[in-house]
Amino acid sequence: MDTIFALASAQGKAGVAVIRLSGPHAHVAAVRIAGGELPPRGMRMRSLRALDGSVLDDGMVLTFQAPASFTGEDVVEFQIHGSTASANAMLRCLSEVDDLRLAEPGEFTRRALENGKLDLAQVEGLADLIDAETEAQRVQAQTILSGALGALAERWRRDLIRAASLLEAVIDFADEEVPTDVTSEVRTLISGVMVDLEREADGVKIAERIRTGFEVAIVGLPNAGKSTLLNALAGREAAITSEYAGTTRDVIEVRMDLAGLPVTLLDTAGLRETDDHVENLGIELARKRADSADLRVFLTDSPDDLGIPMQDGDIQVLPKSDLREDSIGGISGKTGQGIDQLISGISRKLSERTAKSGIATRERHRMAMSKALHALKAAQAVLESGPDLYDIAAEELRTAIRALESLVGRIDVETLLDEIFSSFCLGK
Amino acid sequence: MKHSRFDVVVIGAGHAGTEAAHAAARMGAATALVTLSEKDIGVMSCNPAIGGLGKGHLVREIDALDGVMGRVADAAGIQFRLLNRRKGPAVQGPRAQADRALYRAAMQKETEDQPNLSVITGEVVDFLMEGDRVAGVRLADDSEIPARTVILTSGTFLRGVIHIGDVSRPGGRMGDRPSVKLAERLDRLNLPKARLKTGTPPRLDGRTIDWNILERQLGDDEPTLFSFLSKAVTAPQISCGITHTNAETHEIIEKNLSRSAMYGGHIDGIGPRYCPSIEDKIVRFADKESHQIFLEPEGVNDHTVYPNGISTSLPQDVQVEYVQSIKGLEKAEILQPGYAIEYDYIDPRVLTASLSLPDVPGLYLAGQINGTTGYEEAAAQGLVAGLNAALSVQGRDPIHLTRADSYIGVMIDDLSTRGVIEPYRMFTSRAEFRLSLRADNADQRLTQIGIDLGCIGKTRRKLFGEKMERLTTAKYILTQGSYTPKEIRSVGINVNQDGNRRDGMAILAFPDVGFEDLIPLVSGLDEIDTETRRQIERDALYANYIARQKQDVEAMKRDEGHEIPLDFDYFSLDGLSTEMKQKLSKAKPANIAQAGRVEGVTPAALTLVLARLRRDQKVRKA
Repeated sequence: MDTIFALASAQGKAGVAVIRLSGPHAHVAAVRIAGGELPPRGMRMRSLRALDGSVLDDGMVLTFQAPASFTGEDVVEFQIHGSTASANAMLRCLSEVDDLRLAEPGEFTRRALENGKLDLAQVEGLADLIDAETEAQRVQAQTILSGALGALAERWRRDLIRAASLLEAVIDFADEEVPTDVTSEVRTLISGVMVDLEREADGVKIAERIRTGFEVAIVGLPNAGKSTLLNALAGREAAITSEYAGTTRDVIEVRMDLAGLPVTLLDTAGLRETDDHVENLGIELARKRADSADLRVFLTDSPDDLGIPMQDGDIQVLPKSDLREDSIGGISGKTGQGIDQLISGISRKLSERTAKSGIATRERHRMAMSKALHALKAAQAVLESGPDLYDIAAEELRTAIRALESLVGRIDVETLLDEIFSSFCLGK
Repeated sequence: MKHSRFDVVVIGAGHAGTEAAHAAARMGAATALVTLSEKDIGVMSCNPAIGGLGKGHLVREIDALDGVMGRVADAAGIQFRLLNRRKGPAVQGPRAQADRALYRAAMQKETEDQPNLSVITGEVVDFLMEGDRVAGVRLADDSEIPARTVILTSGTFLRGVIHIGDVSRPGGRMGDRPSVKLAERLDRLNLPKARLKTGTPPRLDGRTIDWNILERQLGDDEPTLFSFLSKAVTAPQISCGITHTNAETHEIIEKNLSRSAMYGGHIDGIGPRYCPSIEDKIVRFADKESHQIFLEPEGVNDHTVYPNGISTSLPQDVQVEYVQSIKGLEKAEILQPGYAIEYDYIDPRVLTASLSLPDVPGLYLAGQINGTTGYEEAAAQGLVAGLNAALSVQGRDPIHLTRADSYIGVMIDDLSTRGVIEPYRMFTSRAEFRLSLRADNADQRLTQIGIDLGCIGKTRRKLFGEKMERLTTAKYILTQGSYTPKEIRSVGINVNQDGNRRDGMAILAFPDVGFEDLIPLVSGLDEIDTETRRQIERDALYANYIARQKQDVEAMKRDEGHEIPLDFDYFSLDGLSTEMKQKLSKAKPANIAQAGRVEGVTPAALTLVLARLRRDQKVRKA
């Protein structure tokens, strides 16, 4: 097994740079550079030297002993001063140490996965955590990383294995002292899992939004001040504004952190009838994007004029409140009036939705869960016919369990038999 | 003395040995079956029954390859029951009580009549070696039998120890000697081995049982036989008795637990979870007030009764006491006390799918020595070893049955990739493609394979050909026309008005539709015979699920296509944990599909192995 090393913190200038080593030679290599004995597990302040004896930097040396480390192997972390030059000098020095090589991208995580320190879903969670830009993303990634999805799938699996083992016991031990009808217990176990699965599968869309961002579209008539509003929200000149109607033709996207939630604001072309071919294309696109957005802000006096239906949870605000006598319910990108209310309105609506978010976050998760759900529905249906169709019900359960396996791990028949033999006394 | 040279020598004439010898002989190999005594051929040393769930499937598969077990069991059957009769055909298993004497007589007759097969009496004490290669056997009288291949089916005889209470003595089976010398020879081959145990109940004198007060279990009115060749039951039919243990029985056993061989700590081997001794049942399921016992007569003219459900290793006096506490057995006399037996088995992960040993060319292992339990499991392995020994002598490719084509394939794959931690028994739940691997279609799955190999006799070839023709004709008629929902409803079959046209096979896939319902709709069906009608119904019933499983089968076949060389070095794979390296090196999976079934192997590890295989292939091509 090779010992690998890499810069674990981001490239470039920073306060501290972290260089990580993992593998059987990690500790030996660390001693060569840090000098003196190092504890198998602990933290030391040392002067770090290259192989020719020249001083590289002063730094902290953290040692971890297998299997109690991120990768499950012996691990050493050097925390040195965060200049590009000292990090590079350190990496150059490590590459000269025998039995060490530069890690490939993702190799530390891969080793953690292979050594059973993380399951597949946790690896995805880790990737999300590293990419997290907002608080909601961080919390969600952290939940996955802690193995919550694995734990959830494990619970479903346990219930389904229990259900399958009941059916298989009736099938495989027909001649022995097992119950001949386990339909109602099996159905109860299956419906419990189905309720959970349905909720999780529905929550994936929201969870995926937290991961990838919500889209909020600003729609309105031409020259309603949509671009001005966008710029005010974004705090910069993202869109060109002018007094001429139809200035915005493409969809302008601004990504921002709105009360901890990742939001992409969409500024769209003003919606009106026009002969201008290019503007029409823009309007077409505006309708499409607005329709698929998670939330729409209607910047208009009468939403019905826009030809886009208002959906549940959409927000209406009155444009250009600076030009109105009565500014209640109005907003102005120019003066900033009503901006705070709009932001808190949007974030409140989105937060309501995130409350329904599930632990599963990816399309892969959703597909596995919906496949399982489909099979469980079919199983429930054939179970209505009782024990005579247990062969079919068992097949559907097998399909469901296999689908859930792909979320985290695998199940085999031994697990099933274990369950049977721990529940029933068999053997005539 | 030196015997003439054989192609295949089979050691042991139990269920594995006889099936192995017959298979090799059917393949045209000059075969010798070496047994301690000719009387041992066809002996049922445990319970007097063949088949059951999963096991019945194995017997049908053996029969489909023209093996002997099915025919012999039909000849000896004194009570036939199709288990799970009310459930779908995929989970129905034929089972029969057998008359021991009839079974033995039928097996001995089959063995005498089989061309290319000689029976040699003697005790094998050593292998003849040519370098690493096994080249025959040496008997206790120092005579030698040279052979090109050897199949070892020593059952529980390897360092067998029999325990009755705190008394134990060496023995392979009650009344027989264990094979100690052979065990020492095997030691020198350095095969990984461990201990297993199994138990038997006391045998009762049926004349001392009060049958009148006991519940009876009858056979089926229309017996389902094992062999595709058998037409009718030949032996007289009997019924079994049913009784139960009670509080007093449990108390007696509990009081004497310390005197049980198992609970007194005299046995280290691991016993099966599903055939626990009565001591085990009472300890592990303490809240259960009673356990069922089947009283199975061992033969029509034999008054011995096998009380199925109370195997034990308690001392004889305790056995008498607890047996007589049971209803109907108050005056029962024990003809032979129950005993537990402990024996060596070889870790089957060293085996190839041919049941040969890669490090000891010429040697095949089959039966209990590979960690299995049960006559049917043993016979199925014997069949595979016999076919492959003959094929290797003939310089032909081995035959590897797979998880997608048979229970035999499931079993051998389980054994060679996962190994065993307790005696391995077949269950239908072990077969992931259960709906297509049915007892009723074993011949459709396997007989053609057997014909291609050359192990199928003339009679079966002819009958099989005719049956397949009838099935093909019927399926042809059923798939010629297609019908609208309206037309289908017009003959009284309830289908959705979804506008889809369906052919006859698709209509038969509805659970409530029988062949006869289609006769008014599809012309030409009334001439189809009853047997073909029933078979078509069974084939059609699972059609939709089998189509769905096809994807899984194909995925598995793709994985099986990635073969892993025997000398593949897992330890050179960076990123594989030490535990995983050890497990894979031990299991020596033949391909990626098998590697995936090795316990604890993750998808990530498989990807690594696959990546290395690809790299190696590239290097070889370059």
